[in-house]
Amino acid sequence: MLEASGLGLSAGSRELVRALDLSLAPGQFWALLGRNGAGKTSLILALAGLRPLQSGAIALAGAPLSTYRRGELARRIGVLLQDEETDFWGSVFDYVMLGRYPHSKNAWSRDEEGAAGARRRLAELDLADHAAQGYRTLSGGERQRARIAQVLLQDADILLLDEPLQHLDLRHQAQVMRTFSGCAASGKTVLAALHEPGHAARHCGFSVLLYDAGRASLGRSSDMLTQANLEALYQCPLEAAGARSFLPS
Amino acid sequence: MKTVPILVVALVPASLALAIAFGSVELGPAQLADALLGRGDEIAREIVWGVRAPRALAGFACGGLLALAGALLQVLLRNPLADPTILGVSGGAAAGALAAMLLGVSAAGLNLAALAGASIAAGAVFAFSLGRSGWNPYRVLLTGVALASGFGALVGLMLSLAPSSQVQGMLFWLLGDLSPAGDPSAALAVLAACAALAFSQSAALDVMILGEDKARSLGVAVTRLQSIAFGCATLATVAAVLLGGSIGFVGLVVPHLLRLSGIHRHSVLLPLAACLGGSLLALADTLARTVAAPAELPVGVITAMIGVPALLFLLARLR
Repeated sequence: MLEASGLGLSAGSRELVRALDLSLAPGQFWALLGRNGAGKTSLILALAGLRPLQSGAIALAGAPLSTYRRGELARRIGVLLQDEETDFWGSVFDYVMLGRYPHSKNAWSRDEEGAAGARRRLAELDLADHAAQGYRTLSGGERQRARIAQVLLQDADILLLDEPLQHLDLRHQAQVMRTFSGCAASGKTVLAALHEPGHAARHCGFSVLLYDAGRASLGRSSDMLTQANLEALYQCPLEAAGARSFLPS
Repeated sequence: MKTVPILVVALVPASLALAIAFGSVELGPAQLADALLGRGDEIAREIVWGVRAPRALAGFACGGLLALAGALLQVLLRNPLADPTILGVSGGAAAGALAAMLLGVSAAGLNLAALAGASIAAGAVFAFSLGRSGWNPYRVLLTGVALASGFGALVGLMLSLAPSSQVQGMLFWLLGDLSPAGDPSAALAVLAACAALAFSQSAALDVMILGEDKARSLGVAVTRLQSIAFGCATLATVAAVLLGGSIGFVGLVVPHLLRLSGIHRHSVLLPLAACLGGSLLALADTLARTVAAPAELPVGVITAMIGVPALLFLLARLR
Protein backbone atom coordinates (compact mmCIF):
# COMPACT_ATOMS: atom_id res chain seq x y z
CA MET A 1 0.00 0.00 0.00
CA LEU A 2 1.47 3.34 -1.09
CA GLU A 3 -0.17 6.32 0.57
CA ALA A 4 0.29 10.04 0.04
CA SER A 5 -1.26 12.36 2.62
CA GLY A 6 -1.48 16.13 2.42
CA LEU A 7 0.96 15.97 -0.46
CA GLY A 8 2.15 19.31 -1.87
CA LEU A 9 4.42 19.63 -4.89
CA SER A 10 5.55 22.64 -6.86
CA ALA A 11 7.92 23.43 -9.68
CA GLY A 12 9.53 26.83 -9.23
CA SER A 13 6.71 29.20 -8.34
CA ARG A 14 4.06 26.96 -9.94
CA GLU A 15 1.95 24.87 -7.62
CA LEU A 16 1.39 21.41 -9.11
CA VAL A 17 -0.28 19.43 -6.35
CA ARG A 18 -1.92 20.77 -3.22
CA ALA A 19 -2.94 18.73 -0.16
CA LEU A 20 -3.43 15.53 -2.16
CA ASP A 21 -4.54 12.39 -0.34
CA LEU A 22 -4.00 9.32 -2.47
CA SER A 23 -3.96 5.70 -1.43
CA LEU A 24 -2.87 3.03 -3.92
CA ALA A 25 -3.89 -0.47 -2.85
CA PRO A 26 -2.79 -3.88 -4.19
CA GLY A 27 -4.80 -5.01 -7.19
CA GLN A 28 -5.71 -1.49 -8.27
CA PHE A 29 -4.85 -0.03 -11.69
CA TRP A 30 -4.85 3.77 -11.59
CA ALA A 31 -4.80 6.19 -14.52
CA LEU A 32 -3.16 9.59 -13.99
CA LEU A 33 -4.57 12.17 -16.40
CA GLY A 34 -3.88 15.84 -16.87
CA ARG A 35 -2.75 18.47 -19.33
CA ASN A 36 0.89 18.93 -20.29
CA GLY A 37 2.69 20.46 -17.35
CA ALA A 38 -0.07 19.60 -14.86
CA GLY A 39 2.42 17.74 -12.65
CA LYS A 40 1.95 14.07 -13.61
CA THR A 41 5.69 13.40 -13.79
CA SER A 42 6.38 15.31 -10.57
CA LEU A 43 3.74 13.27 -8.76
CA ILE A 44 5.19 9.98 -10.05
CA LEU A 45 8.75 10.98 -9.09
CA ALA A 46 7.57 12.01 -5.62
CA LEU A 47 5.65 8.75 -5.13
CA ALA A 48 8.80 6.88 -6.15
CA GLY A 49 10.89 8.74 -3.58
CA LEU A 50 12.96 10.42 -6.27
CA ARG A 51 11.96 14.03 -5.47
CA PRO A 52 11.72 15.92 -2.18
CA LEU A 53 8.19 16.92 -1.13
CA GLN A 54 7.14 20.51 -0.44
CA SER A 55 4.67 19.31 2.15
CA GLY A 56 2.88 16.19 3.30
CA ALA A 57 4.15 12.65 3.54
CA ILE A 58 4.34 9.44 1.54
CA ALA A 59 4.25 6.09 3.28
CA LEU A 60 4.93 2.61 1.95
CA ALA A 61 3.35 -0.14 4.05
CA GLY A 62 2.88 2.40 6.82
CA ALA A 63 6.52 3.60 7.00
CA PRO A 64 7.76 6.86 5.45
CA LEU A 65 9.55 6.35 2.11
CA SER A 66 12.67 8.03 3.47
CA THR A 67 13.16 5.24 6.01
CA TYR A 68 13.75 2.68 3.25
CA ARG A 69 17.12 1.92 1.75
CA ARG A 70 17.33 2.37 -2.03
CA GLY A 71 17.83 -1.35 -2.60
CA GLU A 72 14.78 -2.26 -0.54
CA LEU A 73 12.68 0.43 -2.25
CA ALA A 74 13.71 -0.89 -5.67
CA ARG A 75 12.37 -4.34 -4.82
CA ARG A 76 9.01 -2.78 -3.90
CA ILE A 77 8.53 0.10 -6.35
CA GLY A 78 9.38 -0.05 -10.06
CA VAL A 79 9.45 3.21 -12.01
CA LEU A 80 9.19 3.76 -15.76
CA LEU A 81 10.60 7.22 -16.37
CA GLN A 82 9.42 9.39 -19.22
CA ASP A 83 13.00 10.21 -20.24
CA GLU A 84 16.11 8.21 -19.72
CA GLU A 85 19.73 8.52 -20.85
CA THR A 86 20.08 6.53 -24.06
CA ASP A 87 23.81 5.82 -24.17
CA PHE A 88 23.59 2.25 -22.90
CA TRP A 89 26.26 0.29 -24.78
CA GLY A 90 25.01 -3.30 -24.58
CA SER A 91 22.42 -5.51 -26.23
CA VAL A 92 18.66 -5.31 -25.67
CA PHE A 93 18.96 -8.39 -23.45
CA ASP A 94 21.72 -6.77 -21.36
CA TYR A 95 19.56 -3.67 -21.05
CA VAL A 96 16.53 -5.59 -19.80
CA MET A 97 18.73 -7.54 -17.38
CA LEU A 98 19.58 -4.29 -15.56
CA GLY A 99 16.08 -4.69 -14.10
CA ARG A 100 17.52 -7.53 -12.04
CA TYR A 101 20.00 -5.23 -10.30
CA PRO A 102 17.96 -4.90 -7.08
CA HIS A 103 17.77 -8.70 -6.86
CA SER A 104 21.37 -9.53 -7.75
CA LYS A 105 23.37 -11.02 -4.93
CA ASN A 106 26.83 -10.50 -6.40
CA ALA A 107 28.50 -9.93 -9.74
CA TRP A 108 30.00 -13.42 -10.05
CA SER A 109 27.14 -15.89 -9.94
CA ARG A 110 25.18 -16.23 -13.16
CA ASP A 111 21.59 -15.14 -12.77
CA GLU A 112 19.83 -17.96 -14.63
CA GLU A 113 16.45 -17.17 -13.11
CA GLY A 114 16.77 -13.53 -14.18
CA ALA A 115 17.89 -14.49 -17.68
CA ALA A 116 14.86 -16.77 -18.10
CA GLY A 117 12.62 -13.96 -16.87
CA ALA A 118 14.22 -11.49 -19.26
CA ARG A 119 13.67 -13.82 -22.22
CA ARG A 120 10.03 -14.25 -21.18
CA ARG A 121 9.51 -10.48 -20.89
CA LEU A 122 11.20 -9.87 -24.24
CA ALA A 123 8.95 -12.42 -25.91
CA GLU A 124 5.88 -10.91 -24.25
CA LEU A 125 6.80 -7.50 -25.71
CA ASP A 126 7.60 -8.86 -29.20
CA LEU A 127 11.31 -8.16 -28.77
CA ALA A 128 12.59 -11.76 -28.75
CA ASP A 129 14.12 -11.33 -32.22
CA HIS A 130 15.93 -8.18 -31.09
CA ALA A 131 17.45 -9.62 -27.90
CA ALA A 132 21.01 -9.78 -29.23
CA GLN A 133 20.78 -6.45 -31.06
CA GLY A 134 22.40 -3.28 -29.71
CA TYR A 135 19.98 -1.29 -27.52
CA ARG A 136 20.93 1.93 -29.29
CA THR A 137 19.91 0.50 -32.68
CA LEU A 138 16.25 0.12 -31.62
CA SER A 139 13.52 2.43 -32.88
CA GLY A 140 11.75 4.72 -30.43
CA GLY A 141 8.80 2.38 -29.94
CA GLU A 142 11.00 -0.71 -29.63
CA ARG A 143 13.12 1.08 -27.07
CA GLN A 144 10.00 1.95 -25.09
CA ARG A 145 9.00 -1.71 -25.08
CA ALA A 146 12.50 -2.70 -23.89
CA ARG A 147 12.17 -0.19 -21.05
CA ILE A 148 8.79 -1.69 -20.12
CA ALA A 149 10.33 -5.18 -20.22
CA GLN A 150 13.03 -3.97 -17.83
CA VAL A 151 10.61 -2.51 -15.29
CA LEU A 152 8.48 -5.68 -15.46
CA LEU A 153 11.59 -7.80 -14.84
CA GLN A 154 12.29 -5.68 -11.76
CA ASP A 155 9.17 -7.44 -10.40
CA ALA A 156 8.19 -4.79 -7.87
CA ASP A 157 4.78 -4.86 -6.16
CA ILE A 158 4.07 -1.28 -7.17
CA LEU A 159 4.53 0.01 -10.72
CA LEU A 160 4.68 3.76 -11.35
CA LEU A 161 4.62 4.36 -15.09
CA ASP A 162 5.19 7.74 -16.68
CA GLU A 163 3.58 7.71 -20.13
CA PRO A 164 4.08 3.99 -20.78
CA LEU A 165 2.31 4.28 -24.15
CA GLN A 166 4.58 6.94 -25.64
CA HIS A 167 5.98 6.00 -29.09
CA LEU A 168 3.93 2.78 -29.19
CA ASP A 169 1.78 1.78 -32.15
CA LEU A 170 -1.90 0.92 -31.57
CA ARG A 171 -1.35 -2.81 -31.35
CA HIS A 172 1.42 -2.49 -28.79
CA GLN A 173 -0.51 0.12 -26.83
CA ALA A 174 -3.28 -2.43 -26.36
CA GLN A 175 -0.84 -5.25 -25.63
CA VAL A 176 1.02 -3.23 -23.00
CA MET A 177 -2.21 -2.07 -21.33
CA ARG A 178 -3.39 -5.70 -21.13
CA THR A 179 -0.06 -6.67 -19.58
CA PHE A 180 -0.42 -3.98 -16.91
CA SER A 181 -4.04 -5.03 -16.29
CA GLY A 182 -2.72 -8.54 -15.74
CA CYS A 183 -0.18 -7.19 -13.23
CA ALA A 184 -2.97 -5.49 -11.30
CA ALA A 185 -5.14 -8.60 -11.49
CA SER A 186 -2.31 -10.62 -9.96
CA GLY A 187 -2.22 -8.26 -6.96
CA LYS A 188 0.28 -5.60 -7.99
CA THR A 189 -0.47 -1.89 -7.75
CA VAL A 190 -0.19 0.04 -11.03
CA LEU A 191 -0.34 3.78 -11.64
CA ALA A 192 0.14 5.03 -15.21
CA ALA A 193 0.24 8.57 -16.54
CA LEU A 194 -1.80 8.43 -19.74
CA HIS A 195 -2.95 10.79 -22.45
CA GLU A 196 -5.66 8.45 -23.76
CA PRO A 197 -8.88 8.51 -21.68
CA GLY A 198 -10.11 5.63 -23.86
CA HIS A 199 -7.38 3.32 -22.55
CA ALA A 200 -7.98 4.58 -19.03
CA ALA A 201 -11.69 3.87 -19.25
CA ARG A 202 -11.12 0.37 -20.58
CA HIS A 203 -8.36 -0.84 -18.26
CA CYS A 204 -8.03 1.39 -15.21
CA GLY A 205 -10.51 0.96 -12.39
CA PHE A 206 -9.44 4.23 -10.80
CA SER A 207 -8.36 7.63 -12.09
CA VAL A 208 -6.61 10.71 -10.76
CA LEU A 209 -7.37 13.91 -12.66
CA LEU A 210 -4.71 16.59 -12.13
CA TYR A 211 -6.13 20.01 -12.93
CA ASP A 212 -4.09 23.19 -13.13
CA ALA A 213 -3.08 25.14 -10.04
CA GLY A 214 -2.75 22.15 -7.77
CA ARG A 215 -6.36 20.96 -7.85
CA ALA A 216 -6.96 17.23 -8.23
CA SER A 217 -9.89 14.86 -8.08
CA LEU A 218 -9.79 11.11 -7.87
CA GLY A 219 -12.05 8.08 -7.65
CA ARG A 220 -13.50 5.25 -9.69
CA SER A 221 -12.91 5.74 -13.42
CA SER A 222 -16.62 5.21 -14.11
CA ASP A 223 -17.37 8.31 -12.06
CA MET A 224 -14.31 10.35 -13.05
CA LEU A 225 -14.05 9.89 -16.82
CA THR A 226 -17.18 11.78 -17.83
CA GLN A 227 -17.35 14.11 -20.80
CA ALA A 228 -17.81 17.13 -18.51
CA ASN A 229 -14.82 16.21 -16.33
CA LEU A 230 -12.57 15.55 -19.31
CA GLU A 231 -13.61 18.79 -21.05
CA ALA A 232 -12.76 20.68 -17.88
CA LEU A 233 -9.50 18.73 -17.48
CA TYR A 234 -8.18 19.27 -21.01
CA GLN A 235 -9.98 22.61 -21.47
CA CYS A 236 -11.27 21.73 -24.91
CA PRO A 237 -14.67 20.60 -26.18
CA LEU A 238 -15.00 16.86 -26.77
CA GLU A 239 -17.53 14.79 -28.67
CA ALA A 240 -18.52 11.18 -28.21
CA ALA A 241 -16.42 8.86 -30.40
CA GLY A 242 -18.06 8.22 -33.74
CA ALA A 243 -17.51 5.49 -36.26
CA ARG A 244 -14.07 6.74 -37.30
CA SER A 245 -12.51 6.74 -33.84
CA PHE A 246 -10.72 3.49 -33.10
CA LEU A 247 -9.41 1.80 -30.00
CA PRO A 248 -7.81 -1.65 -30.24
CA SER A 249 -10.14 -4.34 -28.99
CA MET B 1 35.42 -10.54 -27.91
CA LYS B 2 37.53 -12.62 -25.55
CA THR B 3 40.83 -11.93 -27.33
CA VAL B 4 41.16 -8.32 -26.15
CA PRO B 5 41.06 -9.15 -22.40
CA ILE B 6 43.55 -12.00 -22.88
CA LEU B 7 45.92 -9.76 -24.84
CA VAL B 8 45.68 -7.00 -22.26
CA VAL B 9 46.37 -9.35 -19.36
CA ALA B 10 49.26 -10.97 -21.24
CA LEU B 11 50.72 -7.54 -21.88
CA VAL B 12 51.32 -7.04 -18.15
CA PRO B 13 54.16 -9.57 -17.66
CA ALA B 14 55.43 -8.84 -21.19
CA SER B 15 55.74 -5.12 -20.56
CA LEU B 16 57.38 -5.62 -17.16
CA ALA B 17 59.85 -8.10 -18.70
CA LEU B 18 60.75 -5.62 -21.46
CA ALA B 19 61.13 -2.82 -18.92
CA ILE B 20 63.57 -4.97 -16.95
CA ALA B 21 65.44 -6.26 -20.03
CA PHE B 22 66.23 -2.86 -21.55
CA GLY B 23 68.04 0.14 -20.18
CA SER B 24 71.05 2.33 -20.71
CA VAL B 25 73.39 -0.52 -19.66
CA GLU B 26 73.20 -3.49 -21.98
CA LEU B 27 72.77 -6.86 -20.30
CA GLY B 28 72.81 -10.12 -22.27
CA PRO B 29 70.03 -12.71 -21.86
CA ALA B 30 72.25 -14.96 -19.74
CA GLN B 31 73.28 -12.08 -17.47
CA LEU B 32 69.63 -11.03 -17.12
CA ALA B 33 68.51 -14.54 -16.24
CA ASP B 34 71.29 -14.88 -13.66
CA ALA B 35 70.53 -11.49 -12.13
CA LEU B 36 66.81 -12.24 -11.95
CA LEU B 37 67.57 -15.45 -10.10
CA GLY B 38 69.86 -13.53 -7.75
CA ARG B 39 73.06 -15.09 -9.09
CA GLY B 40 76.15 -13.88 -10.87
CA ASP B 41 77.52 -10.39 -11.22
CA GLU B 42 76.62 -8.05 -8.38
CA ILE B 43 76.38 -4.98 -10.62
CA ALA B 44 73.92 -6.74 -12.92
CA ARG B 45 71.85 -7.81 -9.92
CA GLU B 46 71.80 -4.27 -8.61
CA ILE B 47 70.76 -2.92 -12.02
CA VAL B 48 67.92 -5.45 -12.35
CA TRP B 49 66.58 -5.54 -8.79
CA GLY B 50 67.69 -2.18 -7.46
CA VAL B 51 67.02 0.05 -10.47
CA ARG B 52 64.95 -1.46 -13.28
CA ALA B 53 62.41 -3.56 -11.37
CA PRO B 54 61.31 -0.73 -9.03
CA ARG B 55 61.24 1.65 -11.96
CA ALA B 56 59.16 -0.77 -14.07
CA LEU B 57 56.74 -1.27 -11.19
CA ALA B 58 56.56 2.48 -10.55
CA GLY B 59 55.62 2.99 -14.20
CA PHE B 60 53.04 0.22 -13.99
CA ALA B 61 51.51 1.58 -10.79
CA CYS B 62 51.40 5.12 -12.13
CA GLY B 63 49.81 4.15 -15.46
CA GLY B 64 47.34 1.80 -13.79
CA LEU B 65 46.24 4.50 -11.34
CA LEU B 66 45.79 7.11 -14.06
CA ALA B 67 43.81 4.82 -16.35
CA LEU B 68 41.58 3.67 -13.49
CA ALA B 69 40.93 7.28 -12.45
CA GLY B 70 40.16 8.22 -16.05
CA ALA B 71 37.71 5.35 -16.52
CA LEU B 72 35.87 6.26 -13.29
CA LEU B 73 35.69 9.97 -14.09
CA GLN B 74 34.43 9.36 -17.62
CA VAL B 75 31.41 7.41 -16.36
CA LEU B 76 30.75 9.65 -13.32
CA LEU B 77 30.88 12.91 -15.25
CA ARG B 78 29.18 11.42 -18.33
CA ASN B 79 31.91 13.05 -20.33
CA PRO B 80 34.25 11.22 -22.69
CA LEU B 81 36.82 14.01 -22.33
CA ALA B 82 37.19 13.52 -18.59
CA ASP B 83 40.64 12.47 -17.41
CA PRO B 84 42.55 12.73 -14.11
CA THR B 85 43.71 16.29 -14.86
CA ILE B 86 40.06 17.42 -14.90
CA LEU B 87 39.79 17.23 -11.11
CA GLY B 88 42.38 20.00 -10.77
CA VAL B 89 44.34 17.59 -8.59
CA SER B 90 47.28 17.30 -11.00
CA GLY B 91 47.34 21.09 -11.36
CA GLY B 92 47.36 21.56 -7.59
CA ALA B 93 50.14 19.01 -7.20
CA ALA B 94 52.15 20.66 -9.97
CA ALA B 95 51.84 24.10 -8.38
CA GLY B 96 52.91 22.66 -5.02
CA ALA B 97 55.85 20.75 -6.48
CA LEU B 98 57.13 23.72 -8.48
CA ALA B 99 56.85 26.02 -5.49
CA ALA B 100 58.92 23.52 -3.52
CA MET B 101 61.53 23.40 -6.30
CA LEU B 102 61.63 27.18 -6.40
CA LEU B 103 62.24 27.27 -2.65
CA GLY B 104 64.86 24.54 -3.02
CA VAL B 105 63.46 22.08 -0.49
CA SER B 106 64.37 18.37 -0.32
CA ALA B 107 62.71 15.58 -2.32
CA ALA B 108 60.54 14.63 0.64
CA GLY B 109 59.49 18.27 1.03
CA LEU B 110 58.66 18.36 -2.66
CA ASN B 111 56.35 15.37 -2.33
CA LEU B 112 54.72 16.94 0.70
CA ALA B 113 54.17 20.21 -1.16
CA ALA B 114 52.69 18.33 -4.14
CA LEU B 115 50.39 16.43 -1.77
CA ALA B 116 49.32 19.70 -0.14
CA GLY B 117 48.55 21.27 -3.53
CA ALA B 118 46.57 18.20 -4.61
CA SER B 119 44.62 18.17 -1.34
CA ILE B 120 43.67 21.83 -1.69
CA ALA B 121 42.40 21.19 -5.21
CA ALA B 122 40.47 18.05 -4.22
CA GLY B 123 39.00 19.79 -1.17
CA ALA B 124 37.82 22.72 -3.28
CA VAL B 125 36.21 20.47 -5.90
CA PHE B 126 34.41 18.48 -3.22
CA ALA B 127 33.28 21.58 -1.31
CA PHE B 128 31.79 23.16 -4.42
CA SER B 129 30.17 20.01 -5.82
CA LEU B 130 28.72 18.07 -2.90
CA GLY B 131 25.43 19.66 -1.92
CA ARG B 132 22.48 18.52 0.16
CA SER B 133 20.97 16.62 -2.76
CA GLY B 134 24.24 14.82 -3.51
CA TRP B 135 26.98 15.30 -6.07
CA ASN B 136 26.57 17.66 -8.95
CA PRO B 137 28.71 16.34 -11.84
CA TYR B 138 28.56 19.64 -13.73
CA ARG B 139 29.99 21.44 -10.73
CA VAL B 140 32.76 18.84 -10.40
CA LEU B 141 33.63 19.46 -14.04
CA LEU B 142 33.46 23.25 -13.80
CA THR B 143 35.36 23.65 -10.53
CA GLY B 144 37.94 21.10 -11.68
CA VAL B 145 38.54 22.87 -14.98
CA ALA B 146 38.60 26.31 -13.34
CA LEU B 147 41.07 25.16 -10.68
CA ALA B 148 43.23 23.44 -13.30
CA SER B 149 43.55 26.64 -15.33
CA GLY B 150 44.16 28.68 -12.17
CA PHE B 151 46.96 26.35 -11.14
CA GLY B 152 48.19 26.43 -14.74
CA ALA B 153 48.62 30.19 -14.46
CA LEU B 154 50.51 29.78 -11.15
CA VAL B 155 52.76 27.19 -12.79
CA GLY B 156 53.42 29.57 -15.67
CA LEU B 157 54.28 32.34 -13.23
CA MET B 158 56.73 30.13 -11.35
CA LEU B 159 58.34 28.93 -14.60
CA SER B 160 58.90 32.54 -15.67
CA LEU B 161 60.35 33.48 -12.26
CA ALA B 162 62.57 30.42 -11.86
CA PRO B 163 66.30 30.64 -12.54
CA SER B 164 67.12 28.90 -15.81
CA SER B 165 69.05 26.15 -14.01
CA GLN B 166 65.81 24.97 -12.40
CA VAL B 167 63.55 25.23 -15.41
CA GLN B 168 64.47 21.87 -16.94
CA GLY B 169 63.67 19.99 -13.74
CA MET B 170 60.35 21.78 -13.58
CA LEU B 171 59.51 20.98 -17.19
CA PHE B 172 60.29 17.30 -16.60
CA TRP B 173 57.94 17.29 -13.61
CA LEU B 174 55.21 18.97 -15.67
CA LEU B 175 55.60 16.61 -18.62
CA GLY B 176 55.67 13.58 -16.36
CA ASP B 177 58.88 11.82 -15.42
CA LEU B 178 59.50 8.61 -13.52
CA SER B 179 63.25 9.04 -12.95
CA PRO B 180 62.86 10.45 -9.42
CA ALA B 181 60.24 7.81 -8.57
CA GLY B 182 61.42 5.92 -5.52
CA ASP B 183 59.88 2.86 -3.92
CA PRO B 184 56.69 1.96 -5.84
CA SER B 185 55.17 -0.24 -3.11
CA ALA B 186 52.91 2.47 -1.66
CA ALA B 187 51.56 3.35 -5.12
CA LEU B 188 51.04 -0.34 -5.91
CA ALA B 189 49.11 -0.72 -2.67
CA VAL B 190 46.93 2.29 -3.57
CA LEU B 191 46.39 0.80 -7.04
CA ALA B 192 45.30 -2.54 -5.59
CA ALA B 193 42.99 -0.88 -3.06
CA CYS B 194 41.41 1.53 -5.57
CA ALA B 195 40.98 -1.19 -8.19
CA ALA B 196 39.33 -3.52 -5.67
CA LEU B 197 37.04 -0.79 -4.36
CA ALA B 198 36.06 0.38 -7.86
CA PHE B 199 35.54 -3.22 -8.98
CA SER B 200 33.17 -3.82 -6.07
CA GLN B 201 30.97 -1.02 -7.46
CA SER B 202 31.12 -2.10 -11.10
CA ALA B 203 27.54 -3.40 -11.37
CA ALA B 204 26.20 -0.13 -9.92
CA LEU B 205 28.37 1.85 -12.34
CA ASP B 206 26.79 -0.13 -15.21
CA VAL B 207 23.33 0.97 -14.00
CA MET B 208 24.48 4.60 -13.66
CA ILE B 209 24.69 4.82 -17.46
CA LEU B 210 20.84 5.07 -17.45
CA GLY B 211 20.97 8.33 -15.48
CA GLU B 212 20.74 9.15 -11.77
CA ASP B 213 16.95 8.83 -11.38
CA LYS B 214 16.75 5.46 -13.11
CA ALA B 215 19.77 4.20 -11.16
CA ARG B 216 18.11 5.26 -7.88
CA SER B 217 14.86 3.59 -8.88
CA LEU B 218 16.81 0.39 -9.54
CA GLY B 219 18.28 0.51 -6.06
CA VAL B 220 21.64 2.24 -6.51
CA ALA B 221 22.58 4.53 -3.59
CA VAL B 222 23.75 7.13 -6.09
CA THR B 223 25.33 9.67 -3.73
CA ARG B 224 27.27 6.98 -1.90
CA LEU B 225 28.42 5.44 -5.18
CA GLN B 226 29.58 8.84 -6.47
CA SER B 227 31.44 9.55 -3.23
CA ILE B 228 33.24 6.20 -3.41
CA ALA B 229 34.10 6.60 -7.08
CA PHE B 230 35.19 10.26 -6.86
CA GLY B 231 37.21 9.39 -3.76
CA CYS B 232 38.85 6.49 -5.58
CA ALA B 233 39.64 8.60 -8.64
CA THR B 234 41.10 11.39 -6.52
CA LEU B 235 43.23 9.05 -4.42
CA ALA B 236 44.48 7.27 -7.54
CA THR B 237 45.35 10.55 -9.24
CA VAL B 238 47.19 11.89 -6.21
CA ALA B 239 49.20 8.67 -5.84
CA ALA B 240 50.09 8.69 -9.55
CA VAL B 241 51.05 12.35 -9.62
CA LEU B 242 53.27 12.04 -6.54
CA LEU B 243 55.10 9.19 -8.24
CA GLY B 244 55.49 10.48 -11.78
CA GLY B 245 54.38 14.10 -12.06
CA SER B 246 51.60 15.02 -14.47
CA ILE B 247 51.78 12.27 -17.07
CA GLY B 248 49.14 13.01 -19.65
CA PHE B 249 47.00 10.95 -22.05
CA VAL B 250 47.09 7.61 -20.18
CA GLY B 251 43.99 8.48 -18.17
CA LEU B 252 42.14 9.85 -21.17
CA VAL B 253 43.13 7.37 -23.86
CA VAL B 254 43.35 3.96 -22.17
CA PRO B 255 39.65 3.66 -21.19
CA HIS B 256 38.66 4.73 -24.70
CA LEU B 257 41.01 2.20 -26.30
CA LEU B 258 39.16 -0.50 -24.36
CA ARG B 259 35.68 0.87 -25.08
CA LEU B 260 36.48 1.17 -28.77
CA SER B 261 37.49 -2.50 -28.62
CA GLY B 262 33.99 -3.31 -27.39
CA ILE B 263 34.64 -3.51 -23.65
CA HIS B 264 32.07 -1.52 -21.67
CA ARG B 265 30.97 -3.60 -18.69
CA HIS B 266 32.72 -2.03 -15.71
CA SER B 267 33.56 -5.34 -14.05
CA VAL B 268 35.82 -5.98 -17.06
CA LEU B 269 36.65 -2.41 -18.11
CA LEU B 270 38.06 -1.22 -14.77
CA PRO B 271 40.55 -4.06 -14.12
CA LEU B 272 41.61 -4.07 -17.78
CA ALA B 273 42.09 -0.29 -17.74
CA ALA B 274 44.43 -0.67 -14.76
CA CYS B 275 46.35 -3.46 -16.56
CA LEU B 276 46.56 -1.67 -19.92
CA GLY B 277 47.41 1.73 -18.41
CA GLY B 278 50.13 0.13 -16.31
CA SER B 279 51.60 -1.87 -19.19
CA LEU B 280 51.57 1.06 -21.59
CA LEU B 281 53.29 3.36 -19.12
CA ALA B 282 55.92 0.71 -18.25
CA LEU B 283 56.61 0.35 -21.99
CA ALA B 284 56.61 4.10 -22.60
CA ASP B 285 59.03 4.57 -19.73
CA THR B 286 61.32 1.90 -21.18
CA LEU B 287 61.37 3.89 -24.42
CA ALA B 288 61.95 7.13 -22.49
CA ARG B 289 64.97 5.57 -20.80
CA THR B 290 66.52 3.96 -23.88
CA VAL B 291 65.76 6.02 -26.99
CA ALA B 292 68.32 8.73 -26.20
CA ALA B 293 70.35 6.80 -23.57
CA PRO B 294 72.13 7.75 -21.40
CA ALA B 295 69.89 10.83 -21.49
CA GLU B 296 66.24 10.30 -20.46
CA LEU B 297 63.17 11.82 -22.10
CA PRO B 298 60.10 12.81 -20.07
CA VAL B 299 57.78 9.81 -20.24
CA GLY B 300 54.72 12.05 -20.65
CA VAL B 301 55.96 12.96 -24.13
CA ILE B 302 56.19 9.29 -25.08
CA THR B 303 52.72 8.43 -23.74
CA ALA B 304 51.23 11.21 -25.83
CA MET B 305 53.16 10.08 -28.89
CA ILE B 306 51.88 6.51 -28.51
CA GLY B 307 48.44 7.22 -27.09
CA VAL B 308 47.20 9.83 -29.53
CA PRO B 309 47.95 7.91 -32.78
CA ALA B 310 46.56 4.72 -31.20
CA LEU B 311 43.27 6.44 -30.35
CA LEU B 312 43.02 8.12 -33.76
CA PHE B 313 43.71 4.78 -35.48
CA LEU B 314 40.89 3.08 -33.58
CA LEU B 315 38.53 5.98 -34.24
CA ALA B 316 39.29 5.88 -37.97
CA ARG B 317 38.91 2.10 -38.15
CA LEU B 318 35.52 2.15 -36.44
CA ARG B 319 34.00 4.92 -38.51
